[in-house]
Amino acid sequence: MIQKIDEIHGAFDRREITAVQLTKKYLEAARASRLNSFITLCEERALGQARAADEKIASHGRVPRDSHPLLGIPLGIKDIFTIEGVRTTCASKMLDNYVPPYTATLVERLEAKGAVTLGKTNMDEFAMGGSNENSAYGNVLHPTHPDRVPGGSSGGSAAAVGGGLCVASIGTDTGGSIRLPAHYCGLVGLKPTYGSVSRYGMVAFASSLDQAGPMTTSVRDAAILFDAMNGHDPRDSTSANVPPSAKTAAALTEEIDWKNLKIGVPAEYFVEGLAPEVEASVRAALQWFESKGAKLVPVSLPHTRYSVAVYYIVAVSEASSNLARIDGVRFGVRPPGAREATDLADFYRKARALFGPEVKRRIILGTFTLSSGYADAYFRRACQVRRLIRQDFDEAFTKVDLIAGPVSPTTAFRFGEKSDPLQMYLNDILTIPANLAGLPALSMPCGQDGAGLPIGLHLIAPPFAEAALLQAANAFEQGRRA
Amino acid sequence: MTLGNWEAVIGLEIHCQLATETKIFCACPARTAEGVSVADLQPNINTCPVCTGHPGALPVLNRKVVDYAILAGLAMNCRIRQRNVFARKNYFYPDSPKGYQLSQYELPICEDGHLEVEVRPGENKRVIIQRIHMEEDAGKSIHLSGFSVVNLNRAGVPLIEIVSGPDMRSAEEAGAYMRAVHAIVTHIGVTDGNMQEGNFRCDANVSVRPRGRKEFGTRVEIKNVNSFRYVEKAIDFEIARQISLIQGGGAVVQETRLYDADRGLTSSMRSKEEAMDYRYFPDPDLMAVQVDPTWIERVRKNLPELPAKRRDRYIAELGLSHADASALTASAALARFFEESLAELDALGLSPQAGAKPLANWITGELSRLANEAGVQPQSGKIRPRHLAGLVKLTVEQVISNTGAKQALSLAWGNGEAIETIVEREGLKQVSDTGALEAAIKKILAANAGQVAEYRSGKEKVFGFFVGQVMKEMKGKANPGLVNEFLKKMLSGDSQ
Repeated sequence: MIQKIDEIHGAFDRREITAVQLTKKYLEAARASRLNSFITLCEERALGQARAADEKIASHGRVPRDSHPLLGIPLGIKDIFTIEGVRTTCASKMLDNYVPPYTATLVERLEAKGAVTLGKTNMDEFAMGGSNENSAYGNVLHPTHPDRVPGGSSGGSAAAVGGGLCVASIGTDTGGSIRLPAHYCGLVGLKPTYGSVSRYGMVAFASSLDQAGPMTTSVRDAAILFDAMNGHDPRDSTSANVPPSAKTAAALTEEIDWKNLKIGVPAEYFVEGLAPEVEASVRAALQWFESKGAKLVPVSLPHTRYSVAVYYIVAVSEASSNLARIDGVRFGVRPPGAREATDLADFYRKARALFGPEVKRRIILGTFTLSSGYADAYFRRACQVRRLIRQDFDEAFTKVDLIAGPVSPTTAFRFGEKSDPLQMYLNDILTIPANLAGLPALSMPCGQDGAGLPIGLHLIAPPFAEAALLQAANAFEQGRRA
Repeated sequence: MTLGNWEAVIGLEIHCQLATETKIFCACPARTAEGVSVADLQPNINTCPVCTGHPGALPVLNRKVVDYAILAGLAMNCRIRQRNVFARKNYFYPDSPKGYQLSQYELPICEDGHLEVEVRPGENKRVIIQRIHMEEDAGKSIHLSGFSVVNLNRAGVPLIEIVSGPDMRSAEEAGAYMRAVHAIVTHIGVTDGNMQEGNFRCDANVSVRPRGRKEFGTRVEIKNVNSFRYVEKAIDFEIARQISLIQGGGAVVQETRLYDADRGLTSSMRSKEEAMDYRYFPDPDLMAVQVDPTWIERVRKNLPELPAKRRDRYIAELGLSHADASALTASAALARFFEESLAELDALGLSPQAGAKPLANWITGELSRLANEAGVQPQSGKIRPRHLAGLVKLTVEQVISNTGAKQALSLAWGNGEAIETIVEREGLKQVSDTGALEAAIKKILAANAGQVAEYRSGKEKVFGFFVGQVMKEMKGKANPGLVNEFLKKMLSGDSQ
């Protein structure tokens, strides 16, 4: 099945396939799939959008790419984004029946540019997890190695693209939740600069870290999607008031000034426990850049070692507060017994019982790290160290244009392999710093291990330098293929 | 209340609902055009995903709220913090839709202010304003038998909280301070100040200590009192309770108490041990509020004359009594009403110097009495400035008597008719026709020869009797000045 936006639009133009036919094919594939990558398929809604796309193509004679760069393109949307009238669960039993009364800005923007929303993809409950083993709707399987995890928390979005169940998908990345599954599944996954994509209608896990981004089979598609989704949103106060970059895709093939391109290689990212095959692939990718004339510059990000600790304080603190609204009072499921509660405390105990164990663990941790007497030692201290981590990057980016390294120490692991939460948390050590610093970062395929499992290259850029980041990624993708 | 060897220490936290068009973080109306409280509309109709705390919804700060908070801060001599931050106050309650209230904690918008509060005429007290911060109101819980319901129409309506220092030493001072703050916030127009609706309410922190001791005693917080009188009563009760507790060998427990207005006492709501840990932290959904000097100056231009200054001006320029000037400046609406009436009088040819005093008397006297009976504000009935101007002019020029004027005002209060029309129709004009008066006096004197003789023999007390008789004869419409003048003249026998 064709899975590149340009190719699909070419096929639409030549009337080789209609948007409705394409949507039906993907819906069929999704229904038949065993990957468990969708929680909800929006069949009627998607077909309506596809019909509208076909009408638009008919009336224009071809795909109006400028106004509708995503026309007729079937997408998977992580089930963390609200769509009016469409169930939005966040993979939690607490929201099993939740049908939001409004639509997320990101979804509005994609659909305004012609995208077809095939369905809502599976994920770790409230985006808490790195393997998609924390979904109330079951594990998502790795698209090519079903005994392995697809990564998380955007595991459904990754498996859906990797398994050919949609053209591209939208994930969210709080500590690596786009890049990690992209690395495990051999996809391009972009986490944009914090503030460049609206968070309005994206159910908050950790508000100061969450950022939505595309997961695709090519850098170009990631750029097209990024162009369609970024830009200031007056409904999100943290959305950056910078001019939207709508021309990233167009600028993708601009000639890179290789001689002046400096790529920082942080010693701290080649950690103990880094699988040799992962390291070898990443080093080979770095050599490719060097062979084009880029300069590899050793840089130091000394506070990287605190990043997991800082992240798991900041993220859980914010989450404990963000999830307080999921209480069964105004929406969502009110579990049995809540109605018969003896008092308010008893009501909340019962009303919030349906959160999964990992979510409960993080709510409890976050309540502790914010509590009186402990907030200074935990939350405040973590915020201070977070600033140091950001300064490390500021410092490094005075010397280099991009930073490169591995995405994760290993390739996709087996289900149940990391049963200790702490071990799981440490898996995020290489992706977390970009979230803490708010930087754009992507993962893209750069090799495979002996078992045929994909390995990702991790590229990190200064704030709002998505264009430069995607240009370098595109050059590597095209150069490697040649 | 006399405290003997004890001294009370009181600080107030005043919550004041801001009169913005929309809520603090969304576009839902914060008030209705008809003046009906949004809380009284059909339950939960005045809501959206933001103010009902739907997953994924985000707050966007209403800049008008910042304007109003700055205005209040400037009016209370505060320093405006150029970078101020919203924080989450986390607690679970069904009428708190997000599970936290967006408020300001460590970095409020206004700090370090003060007010000169006039406790008694000429006796001022400086009260420190520690801070003013912006926050959102919660919804309303209604407890029915066996279950509770929640109305979120009010959720997200903007409030400012004005926190005083522990500077007051008596209920009287606390009451005066609360009235002064009320006068200011209504004067500058940031709130309607409606206390029945709870749009202006306070929490009082009260402790006692032996006179002369520096350390504070254990304090008790009295929650949510929405009347000046109740605040004074609640504080007086609490001071007495605490003193007698200590004198009886007990100790004050740090706790939150509620004032029961019907029974006139406070009772425990929750103890310190049950006090909540709000786990404040900066809200990551809102950026820090940056208020640059230009913004502050723009707001400062809208700062109207403040009540204390207005009061002093009334005394100095219009010759009003202290009591009248204070009463008229207690709210901006009333002061405006007074000044508009004064302008109407001017248009009728009566100077402010001549008209102000009688005008003030009518407003603080008879009009206030009528308004009080009806349970409304003096300025919000059918009596408009032109009514008052007409009334004052007719009385000053002695066209109608005081009694006639009261009658006319009372009728106009009911139907809004012009004073002049009422005076005509009801025949309230005083008789200043000297012929008729002379005839009436002659008649009375003739009929009461004995009293005339008494008067002429020096018993001037009977003069009052004659006045009464003449007025009766004239059916109350005689001009009292003329009656006096003519009576004196005729009794002394000049025209006999």
